[in-house]
Amino acid sequence: MTSTVADADADAAPAIDAGASRGFGRLLLAEWTKLRSVRSTMWSLLLLVVLTLGFAALFTWLTVSQWSRASPSQQRQTLNDPVATILGSGFQLSQLAVCVLGVMVMASEYSTGMIRSSLLAVPKRTPMLFAKCIVFAVLVFIVAEVVAFPSFFVGAAILHSKAPVALGDPGVLRAVIGAGLYLAVLALFALAIGALLRHVAGAITGIIGFVLVLAPLAQLLPGSVGKHIHAYLPSEAGHLIAQARQGPNDLLTPWQGFGVFCIWTAVLLAAAVYLLNRRDA
Amino acid sequence: MIEVRDLSKRYGDKLAVDHLSFSVEPGRVTGFLGPNGAGKSTTMRLILGLDRPNSGTATIGGRPYRELSQPLRVVGALLEARAVHSGRSAFNHLLVLAQTQSLPRRRVDEVIDLIGLREVAGQRAGGFSLGMGQRLGIAAALLGDPKVLVLDEPVNGLDPEGIHWIRNLLKRLAGEGRTVFVSSHLMNEMAVTADHLIVIGRGQLIADCPTEEFIARSSEKSVRVKGPDRDRLEQLITAEGGRVTADEDGALTVADLEAPRIGELAAGAGLVLHELTPQLASLEEAFMELTRASVEYGAQAHDTAATDAMPVPLEAGPR
Repeated sequence: MTSTVADADADAAPAIDAGASRGFGRLLLAEWTKLRSVRSTMWSLLLLVVLTLGFAALFTWLTVSQWSRASPSQQRQTLNDPVATILGSGFQLSQLAVCVLGVMVMASEYSTGMIRSSLLAVPKRTPMLFAKCIVFAVLVFIVAEVVAFPSFFVGAAILHSKAPVALGDPGVLRAVIGAGLYLAVLALFALAIGALLRHVAGAITGIIGFVLVLAPLAQLLPGSVGKHIHAYLPSEAGHLIAQARQGPNDLLTPWQGFGVFCIWTAVLLAAAVYLLNRRDA
Repeated sequence: MIEVRDLSKRYGDKLAVDHLSFSVEPGRVTGFLGPNGAGKSTTMRLILGLDRPNSGTATIGGRPYRELSQPLRVVGALLEARAVHSGRSAFNHLLVLAQTQSLPRRRVDEVIDLIGLREVAGQRAGGFSLGMGQRLGIAAALLGDPKVLVLDEPVNGLDPEGIHWIRNLLKRLAGEGRTVFVSSHLMNEMAVTADHLIVIGRGQLIADCPTEEFIARSSEKSVRVKGPDRDRLEQLITAEGGRVTADEDGALTVADLEAPRIGELAAGAGLVLHELTPQLASLEEAFMELTRASVEYGAQAHDTAATDAMPVPLEAGPR
């Protein structure tokens, strides 16, 4: 017990004593304390790191070892964009950790009743939600970048004999940074769904549906309509930013795709703000 | 000072708070009394800006809660429902709240010591007993050293020692000139704690007066009389304007006539009395009587027989 208090002391004391926590700053500080003082944050982020690094290494190793048996189109895909191969596999799974954490960050306030304390302390609800968004997105972005670069270097080293790629190649640096951007926006997307549904299980089901279920379903839609719907789905559009270049089947460029994802997220957040202010807590 | 004007709140087709108006003055403990479901919690949530009223206003020091920029420094609140993340330690919970108000970290330590939470400060709040959770809620309410306190059923789940502690705390806070607004569904609890009472039922105001006045007004007086010649006794009393009901053990319960007068009547007629006992209806009974019409749930539980047979607890034990 004593150690917990002592640890906490070391973390936040300077910020308060410096008197820097005025106005919006104090909301950011409080949201950061909320985030770091529950275990689900640590576990989800640890899972993010382990899954991303692990699968980047595993998947690139499998690609190299199965190279001779891979179809020419698969080989072409890997050669065309080795970064997508390296980062795609890891982030495909680890994004689920971000989804769950994003939902938890907001919905657990409702499930535990903490929201009432939060709103008593900060009755202006919009700034409270924004402070939460900023702190959470920045944290996810930093952790995602901290894991994206090592994942890239490990993956690139393993893949070197078949599909050499360097950070300086066109689009590569943007893709590696983009992986973190994608996860940061996904974090807000999940947070918004948590804020809208206010129910942990429901919100997790909702976001998994968005990220994992809708895309394959949309792919089944016939013709160009289906293709467009699929391309503009949040996760499908968003993850393009983590590719070095636009694939032959991609309707959107990486930045366009990221923009579409940001619009989705902004719309959901706007709805969340609107309802947060209207609903009884 | 808390001011509630014409406040109404509707949930679906149920009017939880029905054009309620009252004010809560500083320097005294104001009890907010009503049966379960009367709208006490809803009224408090409206005062605290958690729910939006359908009409009317609730202000604290002249301003709606939502307009306060550092509200915990003005109003300390304890809600009936849990309002703590179960995975966060008591210390960190209070620290989060302190940070939103730019309160220094040492204030968190002060409150933890004040409330007696030091032993459990580092433990996750999810493992707290009801009583400990209640203490954490009070710690949060006192964090900003507020001038106004709004406490919803603060003695819920506390043991007798805790109840005693809360009572003294409320009185001390009011003695320091603060506005203390505390709800309860237990009349006896309020009788010993509150200086002033606001009583509601079905969301409407039933009474707003000093506790003493409420007690005097509500305690229906009756006299129990017993003597060998019951019929004569009954005739005498009825002739004098008293209302008589016969008890099973042969005694009479007399209303509208005081004990000294009954004694005089009996002496004048040369009647022997075995018993002459003035009886005060208990406060709890008076309260139930007053709010009977507005009780929301369980009419059977409140019929006369049950009320009479129910022992009136002086203190709410842990439930």
